[in-house]
Amino acid sequence: MSSRRARIQARPPVPLIALAVVGVSLFAVPLIGLAMQTPWTDLLTLLNGDIVRDAIWLSLLSATGATAIAFVLGVPLAWVLARVEFPGKSLIRGLVLLPLVLPPVVGGAALLFALGRRGVAGEPIYELTGLVLPFSTWGVVVAATFVAMPFLVITVEGALHNLDGKFEGAAATLGAGKWTVLRRVTLPMIAPSLISGLVLTWARALGEFGATITFAGNLQGRTQTLPLAVFVALETDRDTAVALSLGMVAISLAVLVVLRDRWWRSL
Amino acid sequence: MSGGLATRLVVARDTGFTLDAELAILPGRTVALLGPNGAGKSTAVAAIAGLLPLDDGYVRLGDKALDEPREGQFVPAEDRNIGVVFQDYVLFPHLSVLDNIAFGLRSRGVGRHAAAESSRDWADRLGLAGLHARKPVDLSGGQAQRVALARALATHPELLLLDEPLAALDVTTRAQLRRDLIDHLSGFAGPRLVITHDPAEAFLLADEIHVIEAGAITQVGSPDEIRLRPRTKYIADLAGSNLFSGVAANGTVAVGAHTLTIADTHAAGDVLATINPRAISIHRHRPEGSPRNAWQTTIVRIEHHGDRVRLQTGSPLPLTAELTPVAVADLVLRIDEPIWLSVKATEVGVDAD
Repeated sequence: MSSRRARIQARPPVPLIALAVVGVSLFAVPLIGLAMQTPWTDLLTLLNGDIVRDAIWLSLLSATGATAIAFVLGVPLAWVLARVEFPGKSLIRGLVLLPLVLPPVVGGAALLFALGRRGVAGEPIYELTGLVLPFSTWGVVVAATFVAMPFLVITVEGALHNLDGKFEGAAATLGAGKWTVLRRVTLPMIAPSLISGLVLTWARALGEFGATITFAGNLQGRTQTLPLAVFVALETDRDTAVALSLGMVAISLAVLVVLRDRWWRSL
Repeated sequence: MSGGLATRLVVARDTGFTLDAELAILPGRTVALLGPNGAGKSTAVAAIAGLLPLDDGYVRLGDKALDEPREGQFVPAEDRNIGVVFQDYVLFPHLSVLDNIAFGLRSRGVGRHAAAESSRDWADRLGLAGLHARKPVDLSGGQAQRVALARALATHPELLLLDEPLAALDVTTRAQLRRDLIDHLSGFAGPRLVITHDPAEAFLLADEIHVIEAGAITQVGSPDEIRLRPRTKYIADLAGSNLFSGVAANGTVAVGAHTLTIADTHAAGDVLATINPRAISIHRHRPEGSPRNAWQTTIVRIEHHGDRVRLQTGSPLPLTAELTPVAVADLVLRIDEPIWLSVKATEVGVDAD
């Protein structure tokens, strides 16, 4: 009787189920397609090629560099946005979040205009340091930081908002100056959010394509990151493209595993 | 050595609430700031600790001005030497018991080893031996309170602030910790300020009580003065219920030289005895019948509060009694006249202290 009721009540509307299945296939089918195209036997040889190794190395380097810069600049920025009241704050926050919605190609073009050798910021940088950002490895890092840092800023700012100020107050009464409070109380207490923000930032930087190719170009060993290498290889060497893609899927899955406690399980 | 605390706290909050309270505490003395929720107690703690700047007034500790807006003087919290036991303790959840206690020492530049050694001493002194590596989440309420106290005392502060130190505890541990707290307070040489909404806490811990209502101090006095001569309705309701600390044994409670008979024959040791003012009967002559507590005394004061008359009686055990105006008229009561007073043993409440 009651199992019958449960069965009837739990019966989901058929159109909803059909649409949900189509939705899932949208994610699943491409992965299956990729796996079916993969030359599994030659995989190691393919991944050991010069182009692939250069691209992997450059991608890891630029994503890690961008994450490091995002940490150094993004945490203070998040702190200011969370803790300091100043006029125009919402404007600043909008500016910080803009790269999240801006097409990366547009971001790359903007970077090129600003940081090119004749650009408003690029010219003084070149004259002072001799550094030319566009079409250099540094340019890759700058492009990745531009698109990825907002992830860190919003995650950390949210965590700071949720942190009860009483802990920082208690630390102050115990003689801790602002810097000690940040180092020994604030950051350790928001560590879970900080870590997931850093992982997200790193993953976004790793996948960056549009801004990188616009601002830094596509030079093997200097600016050709994994996504760029995949794009090029699709035209010339399909097997390599597939192998590279598979490598990126593996990295993405690893990121999801790292974040699993923050995201999937809590849903 | 440390000096006293002298403050006038003026803080206007955005909500329209204004705190304007004067407090002075000598070294070695405990003052309780007693008041209902929303009276401004926590604002006072924040202002004295340096977490909230004053709008006017001053905070002086010893010969140092810590906050004095008119002089442009403000010493931030981290440069004041004030130990605070916060409401809910606010232990750092990511640090062990020992690291919590060592936090103040480390922040003040004490080396790692010296700080660890000193923290162990404090932990042991407060009965936290064996809990050194625990995280706050794994502590009981009583243990957390002692960690908070050790953390506040470890830096040898010049002033000790305790914000509702017992409120977060359950009733059974509260009595034991109240006694412990009295011991620890007496071991602290500087001025001590206890913030509380609980009259029992104020009466037991403090040498002097400042009553705070709606941001203003409404009465200052010794616990006895507050209890016997309440000046506002809030205090009368709070304190008028005749609170005494005494020692229970064999169905009696000794309060000073006077002994009250109680119904509970199992109560033993330090207790808090209470007598509802309405449970006290007044007689012209020695009462007959069952009341186990009856003694002759005098009337010290008669106050009329609407439909009630409040009597203050004299030695051997000063009490507040409430009668109806009719009863008072029938008895023809006058100040300094001898009368008889009786309380049933069942009407003497005994707090499981």
